[in-house]
Amino acid sequence: MRLPSLKLVAAVFALTLAIPAIAQQRAADGAAAPDANAVKEQQLLQQESRIEGRIDIPDTRARVLIQPAGRRWDYFHEITLHRVGAVVILGMLALLGLAFLILGRQRISAGRSGKKITRFSAFERFSHWLTAVSFVLLGLTGLNITFGKIVLLPLMGESAFSDLAQLAKYVHNFVSFAFILGLILIVALWIKDNIPRQVDIDWLKQGGGFVKGKHAPAGRFNAGEKAVFWCALAAGAAVSVSGLLLLFPFFGTNIATMQVAQVVHALIAVLFVALILAHIYIGTLGMEGAFEAMGTGEVDVNWAKEHHDLWFVEKQAQQGLGPSSATSIK
Amino acid sequence: MARMKFLCDADRCIDCNACVTACKNENEVPWGINRRRVITINDGKPGERSVSMACMHCTDAPCAAVCPVSCIFATDDGVVLHSKDLCIGCGYCFYACPFGAPQYPKVGNFGSRGKMDKCTYCAGGGGTEVSGSLEEYKKYGANRLAQGKLPLCAEMCSTKSLLAGDGEIIAEIYKERVLKRGYGSGAWGWMTAYKEGIAS
Repeated sequence: MRLPSLKLVAAVFALTLAIPAIAQQRAADGAAAPDANAVKEQQLLQQESRIEGRIDIPDTRARVLIQPAGRRWDYFHEITLHRVGAVVILGMLALLGLAFLILGRQRISAGRSGKKITRFSAFERFSHWLTAVSFVLLGLTGLNITFGKIVLLPLMGESAFSDLAQLAKYVHNFVSFAFILGLILIVALWIKDNIPRQVDIDWLKQGGGFVKGKHAPAGRFNAGEKAVFWCALAAGAAVSVSGLLLLFPFFGTNIATMQVAQVVHALIAVLFVALILAHIYIGTLGMEGAFEAMGTGEVDVNWAKEHHDLWFVEKQAQQGLGPSSATSIK
Repeated sequence: MARMKFLCDADRCIDCNACVTACKNENEVPWGINRRRVITINDGKPGERSVSMACMHCTDAPCAAVCPVSCIFATDDGVVLHSKDLCIGCGYCFYACPFGAPQYPKVGNFGSRGKMDKCTYCAGGGGTEVSGSLEEYKKYGANRLAQGKLPLCAEMCSTKSLLAGDGEIIAEIYKERVLKRGYGSGAWGWMTAYKEGIAS
């Protein structure tokens, strides 16, 4: 008689092991246990970040049963965002304060000439101030919804603070459109003068305008201004898109993607506020002769020669020879 | 002082939606809002389970933490209430809630959601209205807790799947059930809401 093949032995052995496992799924009377295939919460949550099912009521969004990610978003909003926001914004204010104390206000080194040259047209200034005013409103109302309950609520009392926060919410939601329009105008007007060129690398190598008494050549915008332009464009686009997603709930989003949109919106926004604080500082306190470029649109000739020599030469050539024969020195 | 909780025994829920109806009727919940809902998981497949879900009145409630006007708070009983007078309808509680409890009377484009509404554990509202008053009822619904009664959804549950009451007592009831029948799919949402499960 032949010995049973090894395969058969293995199969019988496997079956004897499997029998108790099958028996566990049966009740004492031999019937299948009622929970044999029952779905388990922890098992489902390990497979997916949220549990969904079918629902009888017409509101199909309500078919999400549990999404523990809400707790993670809560942690981001209450801990991470508060810390990052405070560090970034207060840090930038401290840095600018320090810069003012150490460097002081940067004067026009040759003094004022008394002669003016046009730097920004009325429409350019309108576009800038449309974006600027809406940005300040959005920044303040946005900071209020994150930090208001820590800073203002104890001062104002809950009822008055609630009224303010409600108003701030609507200001934030509607002024956003003015900001988006301003951003589009700014980009359309200035993108061609902000394309990085060889002169910008030299400008950066020479430390720009921060090393006193040594001004690197620059066109209409120097490398620092170009960096602000591109950062503002990137951050502006990010806050606009994420903001619009939050403004129209459930248009292509769900709770999970709205959480992501809020995280992006808030983090980019605090960095954006810090960037613009630096921009405001340089445009006002930090440098003599800079504010009038956006104020009246005209700058002093000596300021133009010092900070934007290449642009000044080009501008002179345009005025001297007429716009048609202007040569580009960028 | 009791710590009030909800517990849905999914092995008993038959998706009859009586809890949903009871809640809507008892609290005169506005159109479009369901403070309680029943969700069936793996519908039509072996091992499907239905779970009745509403605000779980979480420990360290994330909605209360993220509210920018701090209008959501927990009572001494652990019931999470809010003030509709202070709510600005920003939607943050609704991003943070793991159970989809906060809802709004309007769709909410441009932030026009209106005042948030959610399950109050049949404990009235968190505003300045007098407990049990008509004003409170109109804004938030019934205040059964003040009358010594539990939420109607749980009281009406035909299979006693949905339990409401002191967390320790309802956990004990559930444990006894699991012991007697020999199985249990767990107290749904308890880990997320109360950071504790029920050992079965």
